[in-house]
Amino acid sequence: MIWGVLQFPGSCDERDALNACEVVGGEARLIWHEERDLSGVDGVVVPGGFSYGDYLRAGAIARFSPAMEAVADLAAAGGPVLGICNGFQVLCEAGLLPGALLRNQELRFICKQADLLDSDGATLSVPMKHGEGRYYAPEEMLDALEANGQVAYRYADGHNSNGSVRDIAGVRNERGNVVGLMPHPEHAVDPLTGSIDGRQVFEALEGFTS
Amino acid sequence: MSAQPATHRELGLTDSEFELIVEKMGREPNTVELAMFSLLWSEHCAYKHSRKLLGKLPTDGPRVVMGPGENAGAVDVGSGFAVAFKVESHNHPSAVEPFQGAATGVGGILRDVFAIGARPIAILDSLRFGELDSVRSRHLLDGAVRGIGHYGNSIGVPNVGGEIYFEEPYEHNCLVNAMCIGFAKTEEMVRAAAAGIGNTVVLMGATTGRDGIGGASVLASAELGEGDDAKRPTVQVGDPFEESKVLECCLELLEKGLLVSLQDLGAAGLTSSAGEMASAGGVGIDIDVAAVPLREADMEPFEIMVSESQERMLAVVEPSKVEAVLTVCDKWQTGSAEIGVVTDSGHVRILKAGEVVGDMPVEALVDGCPLYDLAPAAPAAWIYGNKRTLDPDADSAETLLALLAAPSIASKKWVFQQYDQVVGSRTVRRPEAADAAVLQLPESGNAIGVSIDGNGRRVACEPFNGTVEAVLECAQNLACVGAEPLGLTNCLNFGNPEKPVPAWQLDRAISGLASVCEQLGVPVVGGNVSLYNEGPDGPIYPTPVVAMVGELPDPAKTAPSSFQREGDAIALLGPFAPTMHGSELTKQRGELELGLPEPDVAAVAAACAIVRDAVRSGRVASAHDVSDGGLASALAECSIGAGIGLRADLQDLRERGCTPEEALFGEGTGGFVLSGDRAELEALGALIIGTVGGTTIELAAGDRSLIVGVTDATEAWRSLDARAESAAEPPRRRLRSAP
Repeated sequence: MIWGVLQFPGSCDERDALNACEVVGGEARLIWHEERDLSGVDGVVVPGGFSYGDYLRAGAIARFSPAMEAVADLAAAGGPVLGICNGFQVLCEAGLLPGALLRNQELRFICKQADLLDSDGATLSVPMKHGEGRYYAPEEMLDALEANGQVAYRYADGHNSNGSVRDIAGVRNERGNVVGLMPHPEHAVDPLTGSIDGRQVFEALEGFTS
Repeated sequence: MSAQPATHRELGLTDSEFELIVEKMGREPNTVELAMFSLLWSEHCAYKHSRKLLGKLPTDGPRVVMGPGENAGAVDVGSGFAVAFKVESHNHPSAVEPFQGAATGVGGILRDVFAIGARPIAILDSLRFGELDSVRSRHLLDGAVRGIGHYGNSIGVPNVGGEIYFEEPYEHNCLVNAMCIGFAKTEEMVRAAAAGIGNTVVLMGATTGRDGIGGASVLASAELGEGDDAKRPTVQVGDPFEESKVLECCLELLEKGLLVSLQDLGAAGLTSSAGEMASAGGVGIDIDVAAVPLREADMEPFEIMVSESQERMLAVVEPSKVEAVLTVCDKWQTGSAEIGVVTDSGHVRILKAGEVVGDMPVEALVDGCPLYDLAPAAPAAWIYGNKRTLDPDADSAETLLALLAAPSIASKKWVFQQYDQVVGSRTVRRPEAADAAVLQLPESGNAIGVSIDGNGRRVACEPFNGTVEAVLECAQNLACVGAEPLGLTNCLNFGNPEKPVPAWQLDRAISGLASVCEQLGVPVVGGNVSLYNEGPDGPIYPTPVVAMVGELPDPAKTAPSSFQREGDAIALLGPFAPTMHGSELTKQRGELELGLPEPDVAAVAAACAIVRDAVRSGRVASAHDVSDGGLASALAECSIGAGIGLRADLQDLRERGCTPEEALFGEGTGGFVLSGDRAELEALGALIIGTVGGTTIELAAGDRSLIVGVTDATEAWRSLDARAESAAEPPRRRLRSAP
C-alpha cells in the first residue's frame, strides 16, 4: 500500500506519519499542499500540526488547499483517508467527517499517553497532544453516529482529558473509509517511544481501496 | 509617529564609552550609528563584564564540531552526524511579559540552532520564579509555561525536559532559559561568517516592525525596577507559524547548497547579524534599509537597523544563486529581499535608497567595546533572606512530606503536560521517566541523553563549589541513563556585575565551571551570559544553568529512575557525604548561610563511569541521582514513580560522618540510588541499604526513622498541580505594588 502524507506550511507530524506508514509495511511519500495529483497513491494521511498556523480556526484554511480537493475525490471514490489531530480538524472543516473540535475543557494544551477503545472494545495506548481536541456534535448527530457505528475511537474511563462529548476520540464516515482522531497513532509505532498500538489504526484502513 | 533619537546615556552607553566611539570614528556618530553602537556595545551583545573570565573555560575536545563563537555549539555523534545545542536566557522580557517573553525565547534559541544547518529535535528549559505562594510568581509561571508551550508545540519540536526552582530572590526577576538541541549531517552544517566580496545579502522571513526596539540594551542590560510596565513595547511578539516556514525554508536552502552563510536575527536585530557576519568573515557589508520589507512604512533607518522583530534570518548568497533562493522562499510562503552586498571595505555601511546614512568600521562596531575587569568582593555573611516555613521540631515523616511537596522538588507534571514531548519520534524517555531526557538518533544508530541543571541556592552558598555541583549533577543525570558527556553549554544568570558581590559570584562560578569541566574532560562548546538580574530587593541567586549532552550507544539500554520490581535490592553508590548546607530542609527552616563543602570531582566522575557502564550492560533496574531533598527524597521519588514502597536503613552513612538527619535529608553531590539484583549491585561496589516492596516508605537512620505511605508521599509530590492551577487568578499588571 502506498500512502501519501499531506504537508502544509505549519505541519508538524508529517515525518512521523511517513515513518509510521513505513513501519506498518507500506510505502509513503509527502504530498505538498499545492499538489492536485494523487496518482500512484492508495491512501492519504492528513497529519498533525498547525496547518497555516491554525489561523482563523484550526483546519479552516487547509481545507481549501488544492491537495484537499484531491483528497475529497479520493474519499468519494472509497480510498482510505486518515486524519490525525490537525488532520482530523481539517477533515471536519472539509465536511468529510461529522462534528467539530473545540478548545480543550481546561483551556490548556494537554500532552499525555491515553487509553483508547476501538469499535471492537480493544484498548490502545496512544499519545494525545492538542489544545483544541474536544469533540463536539449536536445530540441528534451523535445519536446517528452511534447508530451507524461511526464512533471509531473513544477515550477509556478516566482518559477523556479534553472534555469530548460521549468520550469520542475519533469518528469515521458512513462508508468507513475516512477516519479522523485526535490522539496520535503515528507516535505509537515504536516500542522504544512507548507503545506500538497505533499501528492498528493504520492497519484498520488497509482494506479500503478507491 | 517615529521614535525620537535618544542620547547615548539613554541608550545605556557610559560617557567614556561614547568618547571611545568618537575616537574610533574620528567624529561624533549620527543617530543611526549611535543606535547601532549602543546595542553592540551593550552587555548583552559585547559580554563586556564577562568575556575576560570566559576565556578560562576549556573549549577543545576530540568530539567538538563547532565551539564558542558560532550560533550554537556542536559535537560529533558518529556516522557523519552532529548534535548542536545551546541555551539562552530571555529573563527580562519574561519578567515584563511572560507569555511573549518565554515564547520568543524559544523562537530565538530554535533559530540559533537551525542557523547552523541543524534541524531542531528537542527543547528543554530551565525556569526560576519567586515562591509559589506569590500571585506574581504564579502569573509568571503560567505565562511562561503557556508561552514555551505555544511556540514549541506549534513548531513541532518536542519539549523533553528541564527544571524549575521557586525561590524568593527570583520574585521580581524570573529566569527563563531555553535550550534547543539540533541534529545535522556534519558536512551540511554552515557557519555564520560572511564571505565572498560581491555576494548578495538576503533577508528572509517576517517583515520588520517597531517591536523589540532597544531590547538588548534597555531591557536585557539593566536592572529591573519601577516603571518596567513601560518597557513592555521592547518585548518582541512571536509567531511560530512564520518560524516554522522559515525553518523548513532554511533547511531546504542548505540541503540544496544555496547559501554561503546564515545567521539568525536575535538581540539587536540586523545590527548584530550584519555586524557579526562581517566581523567573522573579515569583510564589510552594505545594507540598504529601503530594501527591507517593513510593517510600518515610516520607520526611520535606525529603527530598521535595531528592530528585534522575530522570525528573520540573514543569508549570504552568491549572485548566481539568488534567483533559486528566492524561489525556495516563495515555496515556503516566507518573505525574502535582497538588502545588501558583501564588500571589501571593512565597514558596515547603512544606506537608504543608495544614500549613505551610517558608516562604521566593523572592528570598532563589533569588537571595539572595552572589556571591563570586575571588582569582586566576597560578602561577609548570607546576603539573601531566610524564612522559616517548617517547624524545626517536625518529625521525620512530616519533614519528608514537606520536602516532597516543596514546589522545587514536587512533580512538574502540570508543566510538562502542557508541552508536546513526543513529536519527532525520538523521545525514548519522557520527562520524569528518567534522570535525563533520552533521544534516539536512528540516522546514526545511537542516542543522546540531555540534562540541564543549576541550583542557584547552593551556588549562592558558595559559587565555586555550587557551580561544580551543578556540572556534576548533569554528569550524574547522564550516567543514570547510560550516557557519556560529549559537551557542555551554559547560561550564566547573575546580578549586576558592577556591584562587588554579584561580581564575586560571577568570578567564582566561572572559575568553578572551568575547573570542573577541565577535570571531567568535558569541553564547553558555547554559552550565554545574562547579567543585571536584580529586583528592588537585590540580586537573584547566582544561577549558572549548565546543560550537557551525552552519547549512549543503544537507546534500548537505558534506565528509568523509578524502582521496577518488588524484592529488588536498593543500593547507594558514589562518594555521597551529605550535609545540611544549602539544602531544601535548611531553606525551609530558615537557616541558610554561606558555605558549601568542596566536591570530590574525581570520585564523582569514577562513580558516574560505574553507573554508566552498569546501565548500558543492563545490570541495574533503575538509577536515580540524589539531589534536592537528600536521600530520603530520592528514595521516595523512586517509590512514587513505581507505586511500590521500600524499606531502607541509612545507618552505614554514619561512617561518612553523617548525623542521622544528614543521612536522611542532607544534600551533597555524588550519590546514586540504584535498584536491581543484590549480587549485581554488590559487584558494582555499591552499599546495599534496603529492599523494594510494600506500600510504605520505611526509613531508619540511627535515632531517626519514618514510615510514610506511598499514597501520602505521592499526594505530596503531586501537589504542585493544584497549587499552580490557581494561576487562573487575575494577573497583577504591575511589577510590584506600592513600596
